[in-house]
Amino acid sequence: MSDRALRFVLKPAVFVASLGPVGWLVWAALTNHLSVNPLSDITNETGVWTLRFVCITLAITPLRRVTGWNAAIRFRRMTGLFAFFYGTLHFLTYVIADRFAGLDFPDGFIAWSTARNLAKSVSEDIYKRPFITIGFTAWLTMLPLALTSTSGMIRRLGGRRWNLLHRLIYATGIAGVVHYWWLVKADISRPRTYAVVVGVLLAFRIIRARLRAVPVRAPVRSVRLQ
Amino acid sequence: MLVKRASDIRSSEISDKTTYLSRRQFLAAAGVLMAGSVAGESVVSAQRQAPRGRKLEPVQKSAFSTPEKPNTWQQITTYNNFYEFGVDKTDASTYAKSLKTSPWSIAMEGEVAKPAVWTLEDVLKGMTLEERIYRHRCVEGWSMVIPWVGFPLRDLLTRLQPTSRAGFVEFTTLNDPAQMPGVRNPYLRWPYTEGLRLDEAMHPLTILAVGLYDEVLPNQDGAPVRLVVPWKYGFKSVKSVVKIRLAAQQPVGSWQRAAPQEYGFYANVNPTVDHPRWSQAREVRLPGLFKNRPTEMFNGYGDQVASLYSGMDLRRNY
Repeated sequence: MSDRALRFVLKPAVFVASLGPVGWLVWAALTNHLSVNPLSDITNETGVWTLRFVCITLAITPLRRVTGWNAAIRFRRMTGLFAFFYGTLHFLTYVIADRFAGLDFPDGFIAWSTARNLAKSVSEDIYKRPFITIGFTAWLTMLPLALTSTSGMIRRLGGRRWNLLHRLIYATGIAGVVHYWWLVKADISRPRTYAVVVGVLLAFRIIRARLRAVPVRAPVRSVRLQ
Repeated sequence: MLVKRASDIRSSEISDKTTYLSRRQFLAAAGVLMAGSVAGESVVSAQRQAPRGRKLEPVQKSAFSTPEKPNTWQQITTYNNFYEFGVDKTDASTYAKSLKTSPWSIAMEGEVAKPAVWTLEDVLKGMTLEERIYRHRCVEGWSMVIPWVGFPLRDLLTRLQPTSRAGFVEFTTLNDPAQMPGVRNPYLRWPYTEGLRLDEAMHPLTILAVGLYDEVLPNQDGAPVRLVVPWKYGFKSVKSVVKIRLAAQQPVGSWQRAAPQEYGFYANVNPTVDHPRWSQAREVRLPGLFKNRPTEMFNGYGDQVASLYSGMDLRRNY
């Protein structure tokens, strides 16, 4: 694929497609096409898409190694930022519809007391409930990655340190799966699917690192994945 | 009980014109959505509401009904937890069409004078149907207001003549893999069972429901007959009941067995006892966007039922 096609066709197409889930939610909310429980629809959709984008992002390096299509790397920042985008929508839904909605407003909506009470309500809930703690952790691990996603930040940090920092996404994937697992009441088949996907993508890295760490001997060399 | 045939009912009796038209609009929109929907786990699928059933009459009003505005037929029949048909809220409305509710019989067993199997018609003989508009609070944190039609369970239990050893009642849902795709998955132990203490079962608020909005109960809501215990979380109110067993020992419910640290035998609605994973202090009244409604003790039925639990530690007996 030519560089031009990648830059001006494929990347914009992936960008627009990635906006699909939020576009659908907005459309469905405005036209009354959500279920009887719109709050749970919005929460579930944004949550599941966060996890999907984390998986897609984690899949890019293995995809490069396996297929040799190195241009795949050029989508990684975008998919990673979409994971952060959906994760932030998911977190904001919780903050507004669950925490903010449960506050008392002694001084009206717009007041310092509102901000204080909201911060207290959110932090207490994160502290008290492991299910929320792990979900918040998943979001928090994405925050420094989003902040250092610019080319300027990569330069400033240096490739080595930047790469090291961005391994935090492994933690995002694990925390996200645990969060989903702890949500379901009985049927664990969906979180289990994500656990397998994240597990395989992380195992790929571990196995590859092991293989590369082994002193160079002919039999090992022959199974190298590069 | 008189059951009119569908053809006896004029459409004007069923719904006024605006409701009727909005339903038509809704169906058209649902068709559009269905065509465009993506196959995915949590993508909200097109909602299929139940076809309107036969009219039940006569139905008496009840002083136990809440004056709150009931949810619509469409809302009550498209958002259901009925795991025998699948774990998604829309699974029941999609797959429950296959449920055969007639003929239907219920086995009455255990500590009763004469164990027997009764047809639903036998059960209903001589019963006065009442409309009971109840709040319904799900353990997941949402609530609705539902205009059930049914009769007090005590009227049936009295006829069964429980023995002096009977202290509890266990209810069992139909377990038929041919009709219920969900029971092929072992995420709960099938059949679904739940139990009540005998005094809870004899309480005048506890009913067996056979209808909704003065019509025959739709399949997805637990047709043809289900338990409704309005001061407990919804999972206690067993659907599509095929067995009622009077017992000397406290029975173990399906959810209690699956996760005893999360779901207790009593499962009374209680804002001060959280689910281990989420708060029960507030709920979202559907169809709402905000979890801002304070949950009431015993779902607001404390005046009637609190005395059943006097002296009990409800934190331990959750």
